[in-house]
Amino acid sequence: MIKEPKLMMLNGRQYIPDLKNVKLKPPFRGRPEISKAKVDELVLVKTCPLGAISSNPVSIDLGKCAFCGECSFVFPDKIKFTQDYRIASNKRENLIIREGEDSEVKFDENLINKDIRRVFAKSLKLRQVSAGGDNSCEVELGACGNANFDMNRYGIEFTASPRHADGIVLTGPITENMQEPLRIAYDATPEPKIFILCGVDAISGGLFTESKAIDRSILNEIKIDLFIPGNPSHPLTIINAILDLTRG
Amino acid sequence: MLKITNNQTIELDKIKKLDYDKFYSSVVELLNKKENHCVNYFAYPIKDEFQFFIAIADDKNHDIVILSHQLNQDDKKELKSLTEKIFSLHIFEREIYENYGIKFIGHPWLKPVRYPSNRANKTNINDYPFYTIKSNELHEVGVGPIHAGIIEPGHFRFICNGENVLHLEIQLGWQHRGIEQLFLEKKNHLQRNILAENIAGDTVIGHTTAFAQTLESLANFNVSEQLHLERALALELERIAIHTGDIGALCVDAAYHLGANVFGILRTAIINFIQAWCGNRFGKSLIRLGGSNFPFTKELRNELFEVLKSYEKKFEEMARITYRLTSIQNRFELIGTITEKQARIIGTVGLSARMANVLRDVRETHPNIAFQKYPVNPVVLKTGDVMARFVAKKREIRKSISWIRDLLNNFKFKENIEKPNYSLKLKPQHFSISLCEGWRGEICHCAITDKDGALTYYKVKDPSLHNWKVLELSLRNVEISDFPINNKSYNLSYCGNDL
Ligand code: SF4
Repeated sequence: MIKEPKLMMLNGRQYIPDLKNVKLKPPFRGRPEISKAKVDELVLVKTCPLGAISSNPVSIDLGKCAFCGECSFVFPDKIKFTQDYRIASNKRENLIIREGEDSEVKFDENLINKDIRRVFAKSLKLRQVSAGGDNSCEVELGACGNANFDMNRYGIEFTASPRHADGIVLTGPITENMQEPLRIAYDATPEPKIFILCGVDAISGGLFTESKAIDRSILNEIKIDLFIPGNPSHPLTIINAILDLTRG
Repeated sequence: MLKITNNQTIELDKIKKLDYDKFYSSVVELLNKKENHCVNYFAYPIKDEFQFFIAIADDKNHDIVILSHQLNQDDKKELKSLTEKIFSLHIFEREIYENYGIKFIGHPWLKPVRYPSNRANKTNINDYPFYTIKSNELHEVGVGPIHAGIIEPGHFRFICNGENVLHLEIQLGWQHRGIEQLFLEKKNHLQRNILAENIAGDTVIGHTTAFAQTLESLANFNVSEQLHLERALALELERIAIHTGDIGALCVDAAYHLGANVFGILRTAIINFIQAWCGNRFGKSLIRLGGSNFPFTKELRNELFEVLKSYEKKFEEMARITYRLTSIQNRFELIGTITEKQARIIGTVGLSARMANVLRDVRETHPNIAFQKYPVNPVVLKTGDVMARFVAKKREIRKSISWIRDLLNNFKFKENIEKPNYSLKLKPQHFSISLCEGWRGEICHCAITDKDGALTYYKVKDPSLHNWKVLELSLRNVEISDFPINNKSYNLSYCGNDL
């Protein structure tokens, strides 16, 4: 028994007190900044293996970006990744970063349903559904509750049943085979509820967008409350995103 | 018989097409020998034929036998099942049947494997033909596809007598994303490289290494020794990280929360180091065709020494307590036992084989340049129960740490490493195979090119394809409440199976 307190001392304090201001170091890739430097935009657009870059003006869609870094390797003067990990939004368009704009990714307060803040600010139970997720976002969602990130301190937890949940966190590009189970889980979640897309695959389909095994049509019927970019999304991105949505 | 070695490429012409009887008898003869096991068996349609390839690894002679046969598309789509004689082929024949409608006569259960979108078998995933037993005393328990925790989907169907499980059948396919097809559709090597990273997000290094080795070999492109070693270093870090997480997860299920938390923290230290190296905690973006964007610098080397030192001290302290707890021993010992005989019959690979006295480890038996230069001496245990898997993870972590130290102390890493090369030209009409020992076990990638050097077939095999059967058998005559510890002790991949 003596051994265990000793061991706790050895490990020391592990939780991160302020999840909003953690200094991550390069080469971690958070929010990109696009300079006004002149480059061959056609080549730049083609450099991106996920089709996340558009030209005139040059922009990166974080909902499509896998944070592979290729654009910044080929065009280091044009694109730089900062370590800003607070890159989620409740508005899909806000995930698009344009050249010359180096501001944070913003939430649109007007889009947030009043019920969300009233009901979920102090306690939020989520049901996770993986629909073709590769188990990296899933593992990071699990890591949100570990001793380092300790999301539970905010009353945010994952539940086993959608009936006990206040919302669904979806990972993966949505396989055809998971359409129906996803729909059942969503329908089983009582109102008011939120729906969160976590990771590039969930937000846009990622590299799987054109696969015949993917069917994303269910998203046309669901109101999406939160988009969390990443491949996978970092726990710091996930927790801050949920807090920004439910607490502001 | 045509023999090649791991990471070798050969001309398609050199692979003789046997008639099926000859193919059948050769395969049976080979696979009846203890040192041989099937690493891949697949078919694909080309023009008016189905081409079949089987790759049988000889662990004693460190080579791989490739055999082939073909079936004309207008021939009757029927073949005598090899599974009758060699059980471990059951899953491969099921896959071929599902994809192309080729029936294997005498196969005990020709059922779908993953319900791919372009399958010949058009049955619906909700109509899977589960095995049932008619009896008033028995009941069935269905779990999934969505599970209680934050994990991937799969359906488990138990047949129970009271609390006791008589039979478990696992139905997968929910995660199918069309990965193999996408390897052909994406023409850009970087896209393919990223695709390989997403086969299984918990085995990024394992699958991407297999991918890179397959294509580099197919392009006859040699990378530096240092690059091989950096990849192997990442592979061992991945092994340490996931094994540590698994040990913690098993502690959760044995209600030992101190262990769960401390092992969780230790896993974080390793994956945060991977992030310091390449920017991603899972190693995505680290392994690239032909080179790397993230050289293993002197600073990283020093940091890794520090990380390992602190990790090891805390790990050993925690393990000393955890592994001696009677509550843990009680919970894990003699539960979910797999015998050596069962492991061999199923064709189990990786840690799941080594915990049941079957030495199957590509790093030892079919090593690439990195593991030739710095060999590993695999951990083999005898008891085959949850405890054996729990102990194997601990010992493999220790081995990986000493392997890494050996490498860091003896190899002079240069500050520069070759840059990736996404314009590799693949040799036309060749076949290439690569094996890589991921933390779960043997990963196998095969690629075939057409006359213009374009990929015509890309085959991915995650070790889970062999190993799901082991989990099913582990549950025989076990209380259903022991399912979670058995499941976590294997931690198999859903997306790696479903592709
Ligand atoms: S980092 Fe994002 S935008 Fe840049 S190339 Fe990769 S996927 Fe495209």
